[in-house]
Amino acid sequence: MMTRRIVLLVAVLLLALLPVLNALPSSNPLHVSDFLVSIIGKWICYAILALALDLAWGYAGILSLGHGAFFALGGYAIGMHLMRLIGPRGVYGHPVLPDFMVFLGYRELPWFWLGFDWFPFAFLMALVVPGLLALVVGYLAFRSRITGVYLSIITQALTYALMLAFFRNDMGFGGNNGFTDFKELLGLPLNSGTTRAILFYAALVSLVVVFLLCSALTRTKYGRVLTAIRDAESRVRFLGYSVTQHKLFVFVLSAMIAGLAGALYVPLVGIINPGEFSPGNSIEAVVWVAFGGRGTLVGAVLGAFSVNALKTWLTSVAPDLWLIALGCLFVAVPLLLPKGLVGLVRRRKGKA
Amino acid sequence: MMEPEALATMPHAISTQGLYLDGVTVAFDGFRALNNLSLIVEPGELRAVIGPNGAGKTTMMDCITGKTRPGSGIVKFGDRDLTRMDEASIANLGVGRKFQKPTVFDALTVFENLELALKAPRNPIACIRWVLRGEARARIEKTMQEIGLTARAHDLAGLLSHGQKQWLEIGMLLMQDPQLLLVDEPVAGMTDHETEQTAALLTGIAGERSVVVVEHDLEFVKALNSRVTVLHEGSVLSEGSITHVQNDPRVVEVYLGR
Repeated sequence: MMTRRIVLLVAVLLLALLPVLNALPSSNPLHVSDFLVSIIGKWICYAILALALDLAWGYAGILSLGHGAFFALGGYAIGMHLMRLIGPRGVYGHPVLPDFMVFLGYRELPWFWLGFDWFPFAFLMALVVPGLLALVVGYLAFRSRITGVYLSIITQALTYALMLAFFRNDMGFGGNNGFTDFKELLGLPLNSGTTRAILFYAALVSLVVVFLLCSALTRTKYGRVLTAIRDAESRVRFLGYSVTQHKLFVFVLSAMIAGLAGALYVPLVGIINPGEFSPGNSIEAVVWVAFGGRGTLVGAVLGAFSVNALKTWLTSVAPDLWLIALGCLFVAVPLLLPKGLVGLVRRRKGKA
Repeated sequence: MMEPEALATMPHAISTQGLYLDGVTVAFDGFRALNNLSLIVEPGELRAVIGPNGAGKTTMMDCITGKTRPGSGIVKFGDRDLTRMDEASIANLGVGRKFQKPTVFDALTVFENLELALKAPRNPIACIRWVLRGEARARIEKTMQEIGLTARAHDLAGLLSHGQKQWLEIGMLLMQDPQLLLVDEPVAGMTDHETEQTAALLTGIAGERSVVVVEHDLEFVKALNSRVTVLHEGSVLSEGSITHVQNDPRVVEVYLGR
């Protein structure tokens, strides 16, 4: 237990060191590239998404194949704020309307864009909108006792439907192109190294906070109720627990964490478009959690980092192989690593 | 529907309510699993229900616990109409059920299994804020002693033997402080010694609470020394003491004499 904490602490400290090393002059042998810092910043956001998914799937048995939708909605909320902040610096120079609205002939800001110029509101929406969507979808599904593969299919359809909707220009979210060309956030210019370091630290701190929160939650009686629901749902019902209520609670919480991950991700990468809703993204997130080890929080984070590292490496050396590799992981993990990397480590320890 | 946790915090007077089934019929695709079944279990009574396979024993339990809605008939516990309530509300009303196949939570310890079953507010926030206090701990420890699993308190339930899982499940029912216990084939797969211990456990529980035991094992039913109801093709064939039903020619024909 103690050594595990030390390992985690060292890992966080090493990550925290990256922007510092990045600030060193490039002649210094310890210097790390902008590319590495930005890509690891992305992985940190993915790790938060993996924690969200693990909470719902690994602990409560809700296999969502649509968590990418909550992530993308969080990203869109912050993206709307970033678009508002561009102001007259856009190509068309309109004082209020973002470029795409001018291009599409909007006269004034649609009502659902109001308030997004204020950061606290936009940040709140990045959590509330995914939470509300999860509340509605979850309520309908859990109340009707839709579980297992049927629930997975519904969540997959949800993210696909949202992708198609966001592709439409008349949705008012920039259609195909989404949002990009952001200028600043909270008064900080997005193209400066300092801002990138701050965003990196914001993501890292969020990861640590979400990890500690999930870890505390899973150790309460509520966490044990979730485990019980995962393993024998109807038995929990006969104990007098409202399974609908408990599943809904964890599903909404999980969606909000996914929204947070998306909100941290968009300023880091500088773009959000409907591609983020694509069903493949949600499935990739499931592969991270499965590969790392579902039902353990460390596993979810480890899986997000390792699968994405593999993806980055493969897409640079042999781009055609990535989808095949992902497919292989999808098949091989349940067969060879049913408990993921964490299970493998535990098994090794058990033998030694 | 009443909030489950509101019900959970309501104090129960012990054994003032009986179980009342009248004219209950359940049909699946034309097959009548229960056919005009009527049954009264007095408060505090221990009742054994026997009958050949397909007699409707499990369907009867499903009707009482809200898993199946009868096509017609009355199912009442005290003055509450059970046909209009869902499983969680019925459980919180004080009706506990032990399934044929023991379903304990394998990934949790014996102690944690009992803790989940312990009567306490059941909503997510209350579960997050739940702190195990001395009184609750004492109740869990008392129950572990009753079911003989004190030594296994911190072992995962998945590691228990079949008989021990059955006891753990009975213990989980007791933690809910039920007024009516429905016990489905408690001694299936148990050794003779375990069967004796289970009979003693159940007779000890009755009195304070009503207990309905569904069982195949006649030696066990004799050991319970209670009123016996024989089901056949979805309705009551015979009812009375074990000697009475054993000598009833209809019972001999359909069940005992096969």
